[in-house]
Amino acid sequence: MWIYEKKLEYPVKVDTTNPALAQMIMEQFGGADGELAAGIRYLTQRFVMPTKESIAILTDVGTEELAHWEIIETLVWKLVKDAPLDKIKGTPFEAHFAAHGRSPFPGNAGGHPWTAAYIQSKDDPITNLYEDMAAEQKARSTYEYLIQLSDDPGVTDTLKFLREREVVHFQRFGEALMGVQEYKDTKKYL
Amino acid sequence: MIEDNKENYGEVNSEHTNYEDLLLEIQKFEFATVDLNLFLDTHPDNQRALNDYNMYTVELSKLKKEYRLKFGPLANFGSAPSMSPWQWVETPWPWEV
Ligand SMILES: [Fe+2]
Repeated sequence: MWIYEKKLEYPVKVDTTNPALAQMIMEQFGGADGELAAGIRYLTQRFVMPTKESIAILTDVGTEELAHWEIIETLVWKLVKDAPLDKIKGTPFEAHFAAHGRSPFPGNAGGHPWTAAYIQSKDDPITNLYEDMAAEQKARSTYEYLIQLSDDPGVTDTLKFLREREVVHFQRFGEALMGVQEYKDTKKYL
Repeated sequence: MIEDNKENYGEVNSEHTNYEDLLLEIQKFEFATVDLNLFLDTHPDNQRALNDYNMYTVELSKLKKEYRLKFGPLANFGSAPSMSPWQWVETPWPWEV
C-alpha cells in the first residue's frame, strides 16, 4: 500500500511562464526514460528478485520515482498554468494544447503517449538490474539535455536535484546486482 | 485556510513560524531519510548509516508532529486524527504552494 504525503520531495520554484520548456520537460513525465517508466519498471520487476536487499531497493527506488514524477508534473504545470494563448501559439506546446489544454498528460517531448512498451520485466534478476542501471544512465543524460535547454533558474535547480538522484539510483542498483550475483554463485556450488 | 488551522490548534512552541520554513525543514530531514534508506537497503550492516537514519527519523517525526498541529494533516489514510470539518481537503496541494 502507498500513503500520500501532501508535499514534494524537493521544492519546485518556477520563475517564468515557458510552454516550450514545459513541452521538453514532458520527456521525463511520459517519455521512454522518464520518471513514470522508471517507477512502473521497478515496482513491476521486484516480484522476481531473489534477495531481500534487491526487493527492498526496487520497492524504495520505485516509490521515489513516483515522487519524482510528481515533481516533474508540478514543473510542467507551473510553466504553463498562466500562459496566455499568444504565448502558446507557435510553440512546441501548441499541439499539446490542442489535445489537452493546459492539463498534464503523460506523453514525451514529441507528444507520443506513454506506453508500457518503454519498459521490460523478465523472470531474470540479472537482466532486470542491467536494464535498471541503463535506465538510470539514460535518465541522467536526458536531465543533462534538459538543463542545457532551461533558462529558468528555479527549473534548473530542480532538474539538477533529479539528475543527482539518477546517479545515486544507478549506484544502488549496481550494489544490488553484485549481491544478486554473489547469491547466485553460492547457490550454484552448494 | 492555514490561518484558520493555526487558530484551531492553538499555540505551538517552535522556531519554524511560517509554513514555508517548516515545510523546507521537513523536506530536508525526509530527504536525508530517503537517501539513507536506499543506502541501507544495499548496506544493511552499516552501523554508521543506521545511526544517522535513526537520528534523522526522530527529528523528522518531531517536525511532522509540529506541522500537523500547526497546519493540519501531512499524510492521508489514518496518519492523524482530523479536526472538524475534515481537514484533508483544506490544506494546500503540493503544486499550489
Ligand atoms: Fe531514478
